[in-house]
Amino acid sequence: MAEMLELRVNGAAHQVDVAGRRKLLGILRDDLGLTGSKYGCGEGQCGACTVLVDGVAAKSCVAVASALAGREITTIEGLATGDKLHPVQQAFIDHDAMQCGYCTPGMVMAGAALVENNREPSDEQIVEAMQGNICRCGTYQRIVAALRQAAAAPTGAGDRQEAAS
Amino acid sequence: MAQAESHPRKYKVIGTRPVRHDGADKVTGRAIYGADLRLNGMVHGKILRSPHAHAVIKSIDTSAAAKLPGVVAVTTSADFPDLQDKIADLGEGAVNLAHLGANVLAHGKALYKGHAVAAVAATSPHVAQEALSLIKVEYEPLPAVTWVLDAMKDDAPLLHDDVYTKSMGKKADKPSNIAAHIHFEKGDVEDAFAGSDLVVEREFKTASVHQGYIEPHVSTALWNQDGHLTIWTSTQGSFTARQQTAELLQVPISQVTVVPCEIGGGFGGKIAVYLEPVAAMLSRKCGRPVKMVMSRDEVFEATGPTPGSSMRVKIGATKDGKLTAGEAWLAYDAGAFPGGVIGPGCMCVFSCYEFPAARVDGYDVLDNKPKTQAYRAPGATQAAFACESVIDELAEKLGIDPIEFRLKNAAKEGTRRVDGPVYPRVGFIETLEAAKASDHWKSPLEGKNRGRGIASGYWFNIGLKSSAAANVNPDGTVSLLEGSTDIGGTRTSVAMQLAETLGITAEAVHPKVVDTDSVGYTDVTGGSRVTFATGLAAYEVGRDILRQMCERAAILWECDAAEVESVDGEFKTKDKRMTFAELAGKLSQTGGPVVGRATVNPEGPTNGFGTHIVDVEVDPDTAKVTVLRYTAIQDAGKAIHPSYVEGQMQGGAVQGIGWALNEEYVFDGEGRMANASYLDYRMPTALDVPHIDTIIVEVPNPAHPYGVRGVGETPIVPPPAAMAVAVYHATGVRMQELPMSPPKLWAAMQK
Repeated sequence: MAEMLELRVNGAAHQVDVAGRRKLLGILRDDLGLTGSKYGCGEGQCGACTVLVDGVAAKSCVAVASALAGREITTIEGLATGDKLHPVQQAFIDHDAMQCGYCTPGMVMAGAALVENNREPSDEQIVEAMQGNICRCGTYQRIVAALRQAAAAPTGAGDRQEAAS
Repeated sequence: MAQAESHPRKYKVIGTRPVRHDGADKVTGRAIYGADLRLNGMVHGKILRSPHAHAVIKSIDTSAAAKLPGVVAVTTSADFPDLQDKIADLGEGAVNLAHLGANVLAHGKALYKGHAVAAVAATSPHVAQEALSLIKVEYEPLPAVTWVLDAMKDDAPLLHDDVYTKSMGKKADKPSNIAAHIHFEKGDVEDAFAGSDLVVEREFKTASVHQGYIEPHVSTALWNQDGHLTIWTSTQGSFTARQQTAELLQVPISQVTVVPCEIGGGFGGKIAVYLEPVAAMLSRKCGRPVKMVMSRDEVFEATGPTPGSSMRVKIGATKDGKLTAGEAWLAYDAGAFPGGVIGPGCMCVFSCYEFPAARVDGYDVLDNKPKTQAYRAPGATQAAFACESVIDELAEKLGIDPIEFRLKNAAKEGTRRVDGPVYPRVGFIETLEAAKASDHWKSPLEGKNRGRGIASGYWFNIGLKSSAAANVNPDGTVSLLEGSTDIGGTRTSVAMQLAETLGITAEAVHPKVVDTDSVGYTDVTGGSRVTFATGLAAYEVGRDILRQMCERAAILWECDAAEVESVDGEFKTKDKRMTFAELAGKLSQTGGPVVGRATVNPEGPTNGFGTHIVDVEVDPDTAKVTVLRYTAIQDAGKAIHPSYVEGQMQGGAVQGIGWALNEEYVFDGEGRMANASYLDYRMPTALDVPHIDTIIVEVPNPAHPYGVRGVGETPIVPPPAAMAVAVYHATGVRMQELPMSPPKLWAAMQK
């Protein structure tokens, strides 16, 4: 039996079937075609599926979609503004903070959640915020360096530009 | 960055750090990995797996599953051609196709928990999953064995009744779990031990670990009605995936196209096929594209692991610190089918040192684990854990600094390895000198419960076949087509070599990894070979382009092509000059497009050596090991993109730290993996590893125009040994078992 619900994803409303305690990741990937969020473990351990829910990092593979009505969901596809990358995305490129790139969308989202709320994170705070995301290629220290840069970046995503103006 | 030896040539692109070509795709989620693919009419395949670690499959009844609405195809091994014991060369090793086929779908026996038994395709993954529960399999469970020494016993459960120990070219007279015995010997070993002032002999064991790539195995197959099979997959080698699939299905290679998607990590574990032939068979049956994605527990239970090992290493030395003799006995499990990584383990165990005499015996042992696969310097890490631990103990007992002890015995140009080959110019001594000069080694380590360890490691780095082609665009850029799937940044490191050759920027080369119909044969991304061998192909492509462009300039200038020379991105004669871009814009006036192409097959290893230094602190109450400081030193030959070389060194160290401290396959009494999830199989996170300093040493490889050696694998070899030595200095306990997890280390500390 279908159980339709409106989810807000990247600023747009979508009617999706959330029956059977469906997890958000499956809806994003299979129903909405937003394949940037990755499956790695299905139990919230690797972080490759990380998205933002009302600006807070969440593991979409264990997030029950029916509980997300009225919340603002942001995926990796919704992070850049037009042709301008979010400072975290740019910083990951600048610091070569990836090898295979599979964990990168989740890392970027977890990192975006951090720097949006803390413009001067210490390395310890960065590590603390990122500990739920695994990079098997072992690029952790570059990710920390990238987030240090991104946190210090003066402008970036739309909300920041608004805040600055 | 230290340079032990400066290369005489000045480079414009090589040695710089351009932005990676695939960066934007990867930070925006646009890069297409295998699981992101969607095709019209696509259905979803799932695999039924054995719940038993060892069982006879008496019958499989798929009739109820086939009748479930939404199910479009069902398959078992009965649908596949019966393969004789045919051997296929996969580039980085050979495979017995009958065994490969029986691993893909069990033939008569399930040999490990998670062994594929049957598969279905249905209109949704949920229907496919439900259909699996309707397949009736009658098993006759058998005793299982998962520890290599148990599997070697005469009364051990026998996995195969047609595997006989191969030893020194002879075949045994009764079947055994010992598939092969390898033996290397050099000099008079007994005599050499007798002439030693000190001999240390120790036993070691290591648990199986998984490569741990975050992207699960995934494949989508379309067996078209015209008979052509296209496979989109995540693989380290699209050509070897094509070959394996074609062989298992017994169709001509020309009937199969493999399209490599972005690959979310491999580390050696994505060379053998698992899903490709099954998805192909399901697609053949239903006439639709079939997509198959593994779950994380399937990845743990049915793919990967590296061998568990039991090792004895004995080394002798004189009191002034010269090695006299070595003896190694290595037993590695191969998992359910023969052909593990014992060979390279045997070849690497003593490969860092000059041994006047040595003997190595290795055993390839079957047990009820998934067929073991390569994992970054396959077989070398276990062997180095054993050898380097003994080397450190010898140095300590002789009262010699561990770096000085290594320097006295370091392998160098002319050293003959125990297994025969003689080294050309190599850079091991330079890594040791760099370690000695490092800030890390020179800084004293203070504080209670702390210790410092150092260890070295070797990996061959292979050559093998690579092809590439490039099209010169009218705007002066070049589109590069290559067959090496990019798992660590090789698009850019290969493109940079073409750019250097042509005298243009790295950004002016647009690299693309293309399918098996669109580029010449290219061996796997493995063996640390891509930047070396595919880079060599790119260099040859560049030379081919320059030769043609000189001819075109000669047409424009109405002179002889021999009068035109190309230097640093310019073509010139005595009185004329034109840039690469200017000439590229005039190609249509001189006969049309220019396409460069090359295929290479460099032979012999490029010989990578590394030395790692680590400081740890061990909590005396919990035995938890904290890594305080880490420095990795390695000879890269020539670092094409230093950030990527450093990244490989850091990544290998991180994986090695995980292997040393936490990671292991845990089996229950019935031989079933008990920790097949990231919850219970702990891999390092940002919390577990410190900043890893890197020192690149550059001793150019004489067999490459830019001096490249491979770099990807060597960095995983030293860490477990270095960590064990550091733990010893922190606790007084020499750990001879991996992982050095808190329960094991704590127990050892109580003795």
